[in-house]
Amino acid sequence: MKPVGSLPFLEDLWLALPELARTLLVMVGQILAVTVVIILCVAFLTYLERKIIGYMQNRIGPNRVGPGGWLQPFADVIKLLLKEVVVPSSANRFLFIIAPLLSIVPALATWAVIPLFPGFAIAEIDAGLLYVLALTSLGVYGVILAGWASNSKYALLGAMRSAAQIVAYEIAMGFALVGVLMAGGSLNLGKLVEAQSGGLFSWFWLPLFPLFIIYFVSGVAETNRAPFDVAEGESEIVAGFHVEYSGVAFAVFFLAEYANMILIAALTAVMFWGGWESLFAGWLFSGLDGTPLELLRAPGIHWLAFKIAFFLFCFLWFRATFPRYRYDQIMRLGWKVFIPVTIVWIVVEGAMAALRIGPWSA
Amino acid sequence: MFATFLFYALSTVLLAAAVGVITVRNPVYAALCLILAFVTSAVLWLLLEAEFLAVVLVLVYVGAVMVLFLFVVMMLDINTATLREGFLRYAPVGAIVAGLLVLELAYVIWFRSEGLPGGTPLVPRDAAYSSTEELGRVLYTQYLYPFELAAMLLLLAIVAAILLTMRSRPGLKVQDVAEQVKVRREDRVRIVTMKPESE
Repeated sequence: MKPVGSLPFLEDLWLALPELARTLLVMVGQILAVTVVIILCVAFLTYLERKIIGYMQNRIGPNRVGPGGWLQPFADVIKLLLKEVVVPSSANRFLFIIAPLLSIVPALATWAVIPLFPGFAIAEIDAGLLYVLALTSLGVYGVILAGWASNSKYALLGAMRSAAQIVAYEIAMGFALVGVLMAGGSLNLGKLVEAQSGGLFSWFWLPLFPLFIIYFVSGVAETNRAPFDVAEGESEIVAGFHVEYSGVAFAVFFLAEYANMILIAALTAVMFWGGWESLFAGWLFSGLDGTPLELLRAPGIHWLAFKIAFFLFCFLWFRATFPRYRYDQIMRLGWKVFIPVTIVWIVVEGAMAALRIGPWSA
Repeated sequence: MFATFLFYALSTVLLAAAVGVITVRNPVYAALCLILAFVTSAVLWLLLEAEFLAVVLVLVYVGAVMVLFLFVVMMLDINTATLREGFLRYAPVGAIVAGLLVLELAYVIWFRSEGLPGGTPLVPRDAAYSSTEELGRVLYTQYLYPFELAAMLLLLAIVAAILLTMRSRPGLKVQDVAEQVKVRREDRVRIVTMKPESE
């Protein structure tokens, strides 16, 4: 790989570097690019959340900083960075500091295997689906350790709730992904997207409809978002696991929560909504090629971004619509409703595949 | 070269973490050391290109088992002084168990490895080889029966654990969820139409 450009000097410089250094530079560049984009997305997601929920509740939302309030996230970030980080005197200092990092790293590292556009993911690994499952299951450590290290009863209660909830919903998510794996016939996320090639009705959401619903709702529960946000239920346990956090440390938790939302939206888009496939693939005639409308037909990162944006909107929509679940109902939904439904659907899918009915006949 | 360096660095971390599990005072730290040990051994497996085993180790042990471990350990109020009381009494038994383990390990490493291809370097497969697929094929054909047997045993253990710990106390108040879900607005709210009262 070499950077595209016509400057002969830069090209010579690039070729003069040793092979290892070039690979390293490309990798670090890709990692930085994804991280910066995610963090910018998180910043504007917080703005859009306040704006969208504001309009849903017949308010205006933030509109003071910058044109239409667009610079509000930067004001928030500067405020959080300048605040003092308070470490409670009886907290476990080391774990207290490291916990926010443990929650942000998996949320960012999972992006390595997400297929961004046809034929490209940062790390094209064969066991991509397993990698996703393994990394998303690590995010809970940040929450648990934050709750324990704070040495505060509300924080510990929040951490306990969150641990039990995440373990419960992870199983349902895993089973839902088993269904996707059966339908796509591969653990590689890029191949899964290719298996869904075609328009809206050839994506997996239709044959795997129950699994899609369960995956997305479990994703909402896994990210501790409303209506499953009992881990930080303000009315009962103040702010849950991050009650003792302030300043930058709190900002990192905040970042992790929103990065996880974006990740779940991206994974739902990749597994069930055809990833970078076009919504109208195979429907629009090819005469549009060469015009800007070509983008409507062509697969690409813009479609993935559009789908992610749609699912993120759903996250915000849920938050503005549903009251918070009672805790025992959350556990009941996870263990006694979602897991049995996924298992039944896997059996149905297996039977259909064996009898060669539907899209699994391959 | 780089792989060798990684191997030694990770092995050092793994050994340190494993020693940490049994030496640190705080049980939460012990659990965290165990997590570190799991993660480093997963990376060691990755170096051997056994990506399925590595990911599953992280997924099952770090992602699920250790979360529950931590969950329990955090809620325990462990007094280390009472734990150390019987140290001398249990020391001989512990020494015997440790000696047996060392003997077994020595046997495996020095005698059993004669016939194993340990001396020859492992041959790396080409990029198209998927250890996940290969493992699945072997597991569902050659070892299908032991595999199913192990699954049954695990299911049995789950059911047994639930049965052993579930006691129904008399007079316990529990919510009947089916009853709660069945409730309609008409059961709870009575809408009254009445003439607006004027002063």
